[in-house]
Amino acid sequence: MRTGIVVFPGTWSDRDCSHAVGEILGEPVRYVDHRARTLDDLELVILPGGFSYGDYLRCGAIARFAPVMEAVADFANRGGLVLGICNGFQILQEARLLPGALLRNASCEFRCEWVHLRVEQSDCAFTLDCRPGQVLRIPISHGEGNFFADAATLESLERAGRVVFRYCAADGRVTAAANPNGSLRNVAGISNARGNVIGMMPHPERACEALLGGEDGLAIFRSAVHALTRVAV
Amino acid sequence: MFKAEVFVTLKPVVNDPAGLTIRGGLQALGFESVKDVRAGKYLAITLDEPDEARARARVEEMAQQLLANAVIEDFRIEVQPA
Repeated sequence: MRTGIVVFPGTWSDRDCSHAVGEILGEPVRYVDHRARTLDDLELVILPGGFSYGDYLRCGAIARFAPVMEAVADFANRGGLVLGICNGFQILQEARLLPGALLRNASCEFRCEWVHLRVEQSDCAFTLDCRPGQVLRIPISHGEGNFFADAATLESLERAGRVVFRYCAADGRVTAAANPNGSLRNVAGISNARGNVIGMMPHPERACEALLGGEDGLAIFRSAVHALTRVAV
Repeated sequence: MFKAEVFVTLKPVVNDPAGLTIRGGLQALGFESVKDVRAGKYLAITLDEPDEARARARVEEMAQQLLANAVIEDFRIEVQPA
C-alpha cells in the first residue's frame, strides 16, 4: 500500500502515522510536502493530526489552500483512498471533500483520552476488516471535534450509511456519557458518498501497538490494504 | 484605501460552547440579566480599492472563500474610508 503522509506546517502526527504504516505494517510510506502538486505514485493519502497553520481562523481553513490540496482532491475524485485524522478531518471538511464541520468541544476543554468507537459502516475502505457493530478502543486528542451538520445533511449521511464511527460505551451502547465532545448523534467519523474518503477525530495511528495501550487502530490501516487488493486504484 | 470590518458569528442553529461558558461566567459575576452570549470573530482588513462598493464586493468574496465557513457561520461587513 503505497502511502503518502501529507505534512503541513504545524502537522504533528505525521511520524506516528509513518510508524504505524511503515514500521508496524511494513508498507511503503513517504512524506508529502504541503507544496507538492502530484500524488500519482500513491494508493493511500493520509492527512494526519496536528495544528496546521496554527489552526488560525478555523482548524483546517488555511491548509485547505495549500497546493497539495488540489492534488488531494484530484486523487480522491479518481477513487484514491484518503484518510483524514483529527486535523486532517477538519481539513477535508474545509476543502468540502467531506460534509459538516467540527466545532469546539461542548466542554470547551481539550480532550486527550481513550474512547470507544462503534463501527457503524463496515463496508467502506477503512473498515472492511471490522464487523458491523464492532467496538474499537482508540484515543482522541482534540479541542475541536464536536461534529456538526445541518439536519438535512445529517439525515442524508445516516440514510446513506456514511456515518462510519460513533462514540460509544465499552459495551457498544451509544450514550451521551460516551460522547467526549458533544458531536451530533455521537458521530466520530464519516465517509464521502463513494466510500474512499473518510475523516475521523480519533487517532488510529496511536493505537497500533500493545505497548502503547492497544492495537485496535490497526484494523483501519489493514482494511485499507485489503481494500486496495480488492479494487485496484 | 478602505477599512473593512468583518464580524463572523456562528449561525443561530449552531451550538456555541464558548458563548455558553462566557454567559455562565457573567452570571457568576452577578450579571443576572444576561440571557444569552454568542461569541464570534472580528477581522479588520485594510485594502486598496477604487471605491467603497468595490471594496465591499472584494471583502464579501474573502468572507465567502475563507473568512467564514458557510456550513456553520454567518458574517456581516462594514466598510469605511481608511
